[in-house]
Amino acid sequence: MGTIGAFIFGGAAGYLAGNMRPISETQKVGEKSPIKIGFQVHRTGIGADYGYWYERTAKAAVSLINERGGIDGRPVQLIIEDDGTDPQRGGQVVQKLATEHNVDFIIGALFSNVVLASGPVAGELKKPYFAVSEGTHVPLGMLNRWCFQPGITDVPGQISAVSKWIFENLGRRLAIIYPDYAFGYDHRDWLSKAAEKEEAVIVEKIPIPPAETSFTKYFSKIPQNVDVIYHVMVGPSILTFMRELGEYLGSRRPELFGFIDSLEGIPLSSPGLEYLEGTYFWEGFPRYLEGYDTPYNRYYRERVGVNEEGAAVEDPKKVSTFSHMFSTWETLFVIKEAVEQSGYQRPTLEDYKLFIATLEGMEWFNEGINHPQGSKRFDGKTHQAFGQQFISMVKNSRLVTIHRTRIEDSYYENENDYTKMSL
Amino acid sequence: MDPLSAFFLGVLDGLTEGLLFALVAIGFTLSYGILRIVNLTHGEFYMIGAVMTWVLYEAAKNPLYSLIIAPLFSAFLAVIIERTVLSRIKYAPEPTIIATAGLLYIIQQSTLMVIGPYSRSVPPPLSTVISTPWFGYSSYKIAVALASIMIAATLWIFLKRTNLGLRMRCVQQDAELAKNFGINVRKIYSLGFGLSAALAAAAGVLIVPIRQAHYLMGFDALLMSLLAVTIGGMGSLRGTFLASVMIGLFGGIVAVFTSPTTSRILSIMLVVVVVIFKPHGILECVKK
Repeated sequence: MGTIGAFIFGGAAGYLAGNMRPISETQKVGEKSPIKIGFQVHRTGIGADYGYWYERTAKAAVSLINERGGIDGRPVQLIIEDDGTDPQRGGQVVQKLATEHNVDFIIGALFSNVVLASGPVAGELKKPYFAVSEGTHVPLGMLNRWCFQPGITDVPGQISAVSKWIFENLGRRLAIIYPDYAFGYDHRDWLSKAAEKEEAVIVEKIPIPPAETSFTKYFSKIPQNVDVIYHVMVGPSILTFMRELGEYLGSRRPELFGFIDSLEGIPLSSPGLEYLEGTYFWEGFPRYLEGYDTPYNRYYRERVGVNEEGAAVEDPKKVSTFSHMFSTWETLFVIKEAVEQSGYQRPTLEDYKLFIATLEGMEWFNEGINHPQGSKRFDGKTHQAFGQQFISMVKNSRLVTIHRTRIEDSYYENENDYTKMSL
Repeated sequence: MDPLSAFFLGVLDGLTEGLLFALVAIGFTLSYGILRIVNLTHGEFYMIGAVMTWVLYEAAKNPLYSLIIAPLFSAFLAVIIERTVLSRIKYAPEPTIIATAGLLYIIQQSTLMVIGPYSRSVPPPLSTVISTPWFGYSSYKIAVALASIMIAATLWIFLKRTNLGLRMRCVQQDAELAKNFGINVRKIYSLGFGLSAALAAAAGVLIVPIRQAHYLMGFDALLMSLLAVTIGGMGSLRGTFLASVMIGLFGGIVAVFTSPTTSRILSIMLVVVVVIFKPHGILECVKK
């Protein structure tokens, strides 16, 4: 094509494009173009059991939002990408969702190492990223102003809420068993801080790699004279972990306080877990309905397809990750609330500034269908939400809730202030 | 825990761990010995054994069926792989590594799609816990270690005392010569590969009441097999069995006195030392 030809062709194309644009925009508005929410999920890898339930919960929330008129009248489209529970892939998934799919928002990962790798990418690409982890990376300022955690209380908050109960009711000499990576270190460090305050002692700290398959050898480190073993474990071998702990301790066990992570997705009736009778667990949201029986909880279970025992309605052996997965549901509703209040329209820096300022200004998410786990106070400076926590005891192979903490029990001192960061 | 009881726990735990993985590792070394291939799919046969145990337990409530059915199924699958993939690439080392790595992911992801991401378990046939004054230990784990010795011994007798075993050993020593003596090498390749997969699956069946069947569990077994055959000598059954037990014992004892992570690092360092000083395995001098 000669220069003149190119000029004519280019001009004609430019004219057409110029004229086409308003028409297509008119069409889009008429059809109400969707709000695209990218979902970075652990479909494979060691977090896959959580991933399955997170996806199921997110889909249920999106279907409810769409049934009720979408977000600001626009339908929600969930774009799901697997991160393999792998930090490196986590970052790539954020990149793909932001640049290829051009999503409006990204709901992020559960595993804290994946969150830690994904947050900086989201900040660089200027895309709001909502962690559904419990890790401390968001609230303690390790990430950036584009990262939020409004759907679940973080580990320091959970420990602040339950540690006093542990020291007062179970004992003050503890051994802690925790996964040997970021999330486990949060437990180790914050329990140690809480112990210092309450004059309790962490006698031994026992880290275990999350991909470990055999555990007895670690238990030889448990000192004889502790009052409480505080355990929190993740990974595909948690049932082996719990069983081998029972075999090792035999009948001489001290008190056991576990985070339900050590047993998430596992039926309490599994063989080898009989010894757990009379032991205690933290729960984020009680697995059994009677632990927190509210109409919102019933409705949430019905929509996600979870029965009163916390398992899938279609197969009672498929126990859900009930204490954690509500975070995806609640986060999606937080996005809905913030979009509608801020007047956010499209993924531009101006609209994002409005959205972020609105979200940072929010203080309470009230209990209801949008927040079935309970009301939460949101701290706009640290981008972290705080809610009630539950302590349950194993009785007749069921978790029976014996204590519910107040929201303010989860508060802890935190100097971080994301609002000082520029966008 | 005092040092003596810690040592006792380390020996007990290390020995059972080593003996169990010895089954997987001798399967791995068998396929190397006969077909001269490094089969990265090996850990997946172990996973299939474990997963099938759970499936059959759910269907029939009896884990004993799977001790026969799972190894047979794995062997059948292995023979199909050997016939349709490996023989077509003529067992060439590099293509085999790539093909078996691909098959590893195919088997793993298919399992994920069929049984999901859950860890599945079955109750152990023996649930007694052996109590010592210092710690408790599962009696089933000890039974598994004994079963592992029995299976390895049966394999040994099969290879040494039967006609088929003799033919397998002939192919292992020199496939070309064996062919000239009228041995159907093709058939031996299939049988050897099937037997190797069956051994891994048997280990999977035995382990599922103490560990959990999970679609990712094959990696660990593959890694342990690689360590054991490197120390024991590629293709050496005796060396591999001995190396597995050694790694287990070493790992167990070091783990209770330092930390399991240190023990894993030291185990890998031990492999490096063996590769440098005894590149053909610890039994190299015995062979000579």
